[in-house]
Amino acid sequence: MSVLLQAQGLVQQYATARSLFGKPGAVRAVDGIDLAVRQGEILGIVGESGSGKSTLGRMLLGLETPFAGQVRYRGQAMPAPGTAQWRGLRAQMQLIFQDPLAALDRRMTIRAQIAEPLEIHGLARGEALNRRVEELMARVGLRPDQADRYPHELSGGQRQRVVIARALATKPDFLVCDEPVSALDVSIQAQVVNLLRDLQEQERLTMVFISHDLKVVRNICDRVAVMYLGRVVEEAPSDQIFAAPRHPYTKALVSSVPRAGRGLESRIILQGEPPNPAARPPGCAFHPRCPMADARCAATVPRLENHHGRSAACLKLDRALEPAA
Amino acid sequence: MLNFLFTKIARALLTILLVMTFAFVVLRLSGDPAQILLGPDAPQDAVDSFRARWGLDDPIWKQYLAYLRQLFAFDFGISMRDQSPAIELVMERIPATLAITLPALLLKIAIGIPAGVYAALHRNSLADRGVIMLSIFGFTIPSFVLGLVLVLVFAVTLGWLPAGGQDSWRHAILPIATLSVGGIGILARFSRSAMVEVLGQPYIRTAMAKGLPWREVVWKHALPNAAVPIITLIGFMVGALIAGAVVVESIFSWPGIGRLIVVSVANRDLAVVQCLLLVIAASMVVANLCVDLAYGLLDPRLRHRRAAH
Repeated sequence: MSVLLQAQGLVQQYATARSLFGKPGAVRAVDGIDLAVRQGEILGIVGESGSGKSTLGRMLLGLETPFAGQVRYRGQAMPAPGTAQWRGLRAQMQLIFQDPLAALDRRMTIRAQIAEPLEIHGLARGEALNRRVEELMARVGLRPDQADRYPHELSGGQRQRVVIARALATKPDFLVCDEPVSALDVSIQAQVVNLLRDLQEQERLTMVFISHDLKVVRNICDRVAVMYLGRVVEEAPSDQIFAAPRHPYTKALVSSVPRAGRGLESRIILQGEPPNPAARPPGCAFHPRCPMADARCAATVPRLENHHGRSAACLKLDRALEPAA
Repeated sequence: MLNFLFTKIARALLTILLVMTFAFVVLRLSGDPAQILLGPDAPQDAVDSFRARWGLDDPIWKQYLAYLRQLFAFDFGISMRDQSPAIELVMERIPATLAITLPALLLKIAIGIPAGVYAALHRNSLADRGVIMLSIFGFTIPSFVLGLVLVLVFAVTLGWLPAGGQDSWRHAILPIATLSVGGIGILARFSRSAMVEVLGQPYIRTAMAKGLPWREVVWKHALPNAAVPIITLIGFMVGALIAGAVVVESIFSWPGIGRLIVVSVANRDLAVVQCLLLVIAASMVVANLCVDLAYGLLDPRLRHRRAAH
């Protein structure tokens, strides 16, 4: 599979609020990420809140300019936001947010919102525009009579369908879904996940699926990258990462997913503070919470090493990652 | 929709009735108009005949019923001071007041909203900080201080403008300036925060991600959504068009409604004060009604909630 989108050494940092006498500090939300998104795959990005996964998503889409590093789309560097070239690219890459109500302009009808991207890029007008909107609505499972409703008149799941229809309007190649089902009821989640999966197959979309919900990720993703404090700590095909996680953080995450026939006692409970990008521990950022950490982990930053199609960043696993021969 | 309108109007009439009742009671508890109008040295039989002439000897509930009967016949009473109908006295003052409050309102809108929107679009810039500082200055300085300072500078020291009176358009400049400063500050501050909030919404980021040029994001998505709280505030300002200049009219001896209020209250000219309060309450209520209707145009959620009732 060819690479559609390549992230090279991505870093993003934000200034923190200045305290009364202090200097403004910088918080690294994303701290050096190399990632390749291959054509037609669904890449899952998982991590706790504050791990930088949403920031990564926005940089992949070119909505934010990285502090360092670059994103290449089809081999070309991402143009600067706001330029005509950048706007033209918008038709090819779209995003879906967590909260569909907030993502919709409450003053506009469903029809107007789905039609807007088509109008912006001059893709359809008049009768053809109406037909395309109705086709998109049917595609995501909305009734034609809902076109003239307003967002508040729809249910959460229906709203997310509107957001998906709008994202698909310009026939994009690349879609970033940032926690697309977290705000929905569990019963609706499955419907929307299945819809996304069907659409991905039919439209041959390339997708980045950001989520903290491992069950959903396992269901939909081909490959998964696990983030901790702005870095990727493990990356592997989805079935492998869930069957045999390597990084201790991934192990803890995977063990926390409830599964039938397995007791709660096998969960790995992480100790210590949840990650805070403003106070990154030295060495391996995970070492204060890691059950396997020793003095070396506090001093040395582990590199993400690739072995046989999967990679992990952990000093303790050097030997385990050797081929089993 | 019609149903909604009827409820609103019924509530508005009830509000006005409550205001009138309150005014009626308070005015009668706060001093004897006969004593105040005729002076402390007036002979007792003059006071007595004045009281009999205006029905002030009747029990208060009887006076109140008579007053209500008058109101429903659109009879607003006669001034105790110069015997002319109260409503005429009030109506002839309204143009003078509007001559300064309307231009002030336009200035508030024309300066306050663009300043606030500009500040929100250039958040944390020097211009943004400037707008915040000026607007705080604008709405914290009391109008009686500002008015006097303006008189001191432009009338007394520089001699460019008259200090008071109503002889030409030049006389209106200082009152209008005094009236508008606070409103400009409040509107700027309000528009800024409304815009900042809207600009942080995911649908704005979505609009950008769809490739909509920034100008259009602002005009099509941000401004209409930020308009709802701003319209509310303008509604209050419209409601205050008639009654909002009491202090400023007094400072600049501007013969409008404000001056009439001060004089009539001081003289306990009951019919005039009651008629003034009625006009003021009615103007506030009508302004509020207009704001409610404007909401429906700006925010479909409110339109439908209303239809459901």
